[in-house]
Amino acid sequence: MEMPVPDRMIIDQKATLVARLVQALGADGVIHAAEELRAYECDALTAYRCPPLAVVLPRTTAEVVAAIRVCADMGAPIVPRGAGTSLSGGSLPTADSVILGVSRMNQVLEIDTANRFIRVQAGITNLAVTGAVEAQGFFYAPDPSSQLACAIAGNIAMNSGGAHCLKYGVTTNNLLGVTLVTAAGEVVEIGGAHLDPAGYDLLGVICGSEGQLGIVTEATLRILASPEGARPVLIGFASSEVAGACVADIIRSGVIPVAIEFMDKLCIHATEAHAKAGYPMDVEALLIVEAEGSEAEIEEQLACIKEVANRHNPMVLRESTSEAESAAIWLGRKSAFGAMGQLGDYICLDGVVPVSALPEVLRGTAELAASYGLRVANVFHAGDGNMHPLIIFDANRPGELEQAEALGADILRLCVDVGGCLSGEHGVGVEKRELMGHQFNAADLVQQMEVKDVFDPGWLLNPAKVFPLAASESRRGG
Amino acid sequence: MTVLTPRDEADLAEAVAEAAGAGTPLEIRGGGSRAGLGRPVQAEATLSTAGLSGITLYEPGALTLVVKAGTKVAEIEAALVAEGQMLPFEPMDHRALLGTEGEPTIGGVVACGVSGPRRIQAGACRDAMLGVRFVNGRGEAIKSGGRVMKNVTGYDLVKLICGSYGTLGVLSEISFKVLPKPEAEATLVREGLGAAAGVAALNLALGSPFGITGAAHLGGGAGGRTLLRIEGLTGSVGYRTGQLLGRLGTGWEAVSGAESAALWREVRDVARFAGRDGAVWRVSVKPADGPVLSENLSTAGLDHAALYDWGGGLIWLSTAETGDAGAGPIRRQTAALGGHATLVRASAATRAAVEVFEPEPATLARIAAGLRAKFDPAGILNPGRMRG
Repeated sequence: MEMPVPDRMIIDQKATLVARLVQALGADGVIHAAEELRAYECDALTAYRCPPLAVVLPRTTAEVVAAIRVCADMGAPIVPRGAGTSLSGGSLPTADSVILGVSRMNQVLEIDTANRFIRVQAGITNLAVTGAVEAQGFFYAPDPSSQLACAIAGNIAMNSGGAHCLKYGVTTNNLLGVTLVTAAGEVVEIGGAHLDPAGYDLLGVICGSEGQLGIVTEATLRILASPEGARPVLIGFASSEVAGACVADIIRSGVIPVAIEFMDKLCIHATEAHAKAGYPMDVEALLIVEAEGSEAEIEEQLACIKEVANRHNPMVLRESTSEAESAAIWLGRKSAFGAMGQLGDYICLDGVVPVSALPEVLRGTAELAASYGLRVANVFHAGDGNMHPLIIFDANRPGELEQAEALGADILRLCVDVGGCLSGEHGVGVEKRELMGHQFNAADLVQQMEVKDVFDPGWLLNPAKVFPLAASESRRGG
Repeated sequence: MTVLTPRDEADLAEAVAEAAGAGTPLEIRGGGSRAGLGRPVQAEATLSTAGLSGITLYEPGALTLVVKAGTKVAEIEAALVAEGQMLPFEPMDHRALLGTEGEPTIGGVVACGVSGPRRIQAGACRDAMLGVRFVNGRGEAIKSGGRVMKNVTGYDLVKLICGSYGTLGVLSEISFKVLPKPEAEATLVREGLGAAAGVAALNLALGSPFGITGAAHLGGGAGGRTLLRIEGLTGSVGYRTGQLLGRLGTGWEAVSGAESAALWREVRDVARFAGRDGAVWRVSVKPADGPVLSENLSTAGLDHAALYDWGGGLIWLSTAETGDAGAGPIRRQTAALGGHATLVRASAATRAAVEVFEPEPATLARIAAGLRAKFDPAGILNPGRMRG
């Protein structure tokens, strides 16, 4: 992985930079000792590490402004960081950069159930948002797997999804407004508790811009009334392709379940050893399909889903009959990533394909994996075609990481070639930066970079992400 | 005036590049049914998307529809109905309100960011858009997004293009997420609640788990008609109707099927203001503020009529088209309450004299102008449509 050569001039001025940041934020808001900076050398893409020059942990929008002004004045790149759970290296620093972490900005500012919104500081965790409103019968819909730890700031930066976005949409569909600090240190309010923008949809382009257009310090989020109940059905199949075809048929049938999750045999076995969820061990793939509503409504939807599933000769079709059974079914799915860690090191991909192409891509992925001699497990949000192939490798064997990355790139190219995209919810970060040219041509990328030119003319914010380094080089020159 | 009618995207790119080179301002035109939205454009030529028509790809099993920008909305809806599907965001037909003719195109819907009553539950036009292809003001064909349900690959220019009134690029193709058409629908109707109690009832229902897909109050003062829509599987619609009737108090009646659908077409198209003289404003605030805004306008002495959609958060105001057509008092309210107001219907002279779109704070105005300069450096795409 290539990163830009750090600017020696900035590194040489570390003492001055730190002194000015301390003056702006106080000593407890700045981290600069080498041993403490180690905690910020990577995010959840742990294969790549580099300690930053310093870390600032502001508590307020005003402190964010102060920190940005110091960095802008000294020309130090700023790498925004939510909770550090990015799987694409979104908050991977460079040696000359200052990490701006929002983890201390974690307050709930306003709850308005009558108008169905909550306003929060952006460092609050995803789960804490739902936690703040669930007693009143509401929830915040986007639910990435990392929701216990991940911050709303990062969710907005990556436009995060989750298991239930088939019905409720992703972050951008549930974000009403932000307070944004620009690279020049200006504070702007975009959107609010009302629906839809006044002029250009700047909120829409800020969401998913990977921290490159500004620092989101506060957010207004839509909250929804919690459903009366929810219940999954577990369906096992004799092949991954049949499971994939069943997904498309369920979608086609006219019922939109709240979630359709897919796991293949390798993943089922690893998960079962780990979580003992009671999954069938003889199937090649299983689907977890969840319906919501009152008991009668759930019955009505599951009846349609079971009818579709039965046309695909399922080996197992098990409807949860109790909360305990439902919890067990979801426990397995939610511990899948942890369980996969028992099999070895892994790379988690995030390509999206049209649901109709699932069988073809599952077959293609298996063939590619075989050609590399590597194992790939599949566990993903099938309803929206967001695949998460996990490439298992041994980091201690020389060259195997590179082989795994090459296989990953081949699988992502396959996703693009069938009409899909490189990333559905993890973001481009550094991980998929160099693959952008497979999905976009030069003019497409320039148009995107021109948006950054407007928001951040000096390319101070997270400059080495999203765009191929060669494409962004002349702009990053600064 | 010259009318350019490119036959495909390459042709379109060439036409725009030529206009950029010559500095010829273009008015972009789909079906013409929304031509009166925004500020009047001073153009030397009309660029018609009529030649860019047709469904490129429709995969009902993937809930995906890809269409060329000049495709008629009616053609799209017919294709979707044949497969039991629909555009989720229920776009308004502006013809009756604006008194225009012509066949609405999907490009016009997207350029104006048009959403209808179901927006509160299924999202806006921008939320259903999976990808776009457009030609920027340099005459370059650009794509963003794609045709899959989730996509965070690169910046979301799809959102930026939606509602930019053709000032950032000329749309050539759009992909949408579509949804199954609900098996059944019902509307709960209550007469005579008045705006404050009507909107309160709407928000009580919207705060329930019963998946309201339409929440409108028509008519102001002490009377009016309050409407709540429920859609889905037949059994579920029956169940939720019953639950809501139990919570809403007395005087509500349920209608279903075609009768229900007709009510929402009226709401969607703002039919009550269609035959009425004067200016029409479209205001977005948080739902509970809807009736407050109308009351405050009356207190300020602005004679108006109000219709409420989106649980009270979308207010259609009918005002006399004299002076600033009410811009002053209306914008004082949006500034105080948080939200924005757009002048939707007025003569070209009024739309040239009054700020049609909510004025932006300086930083946002600078960002908007900066984006326009990057996407359309020669300033030839619908110049002046959004800002003078």
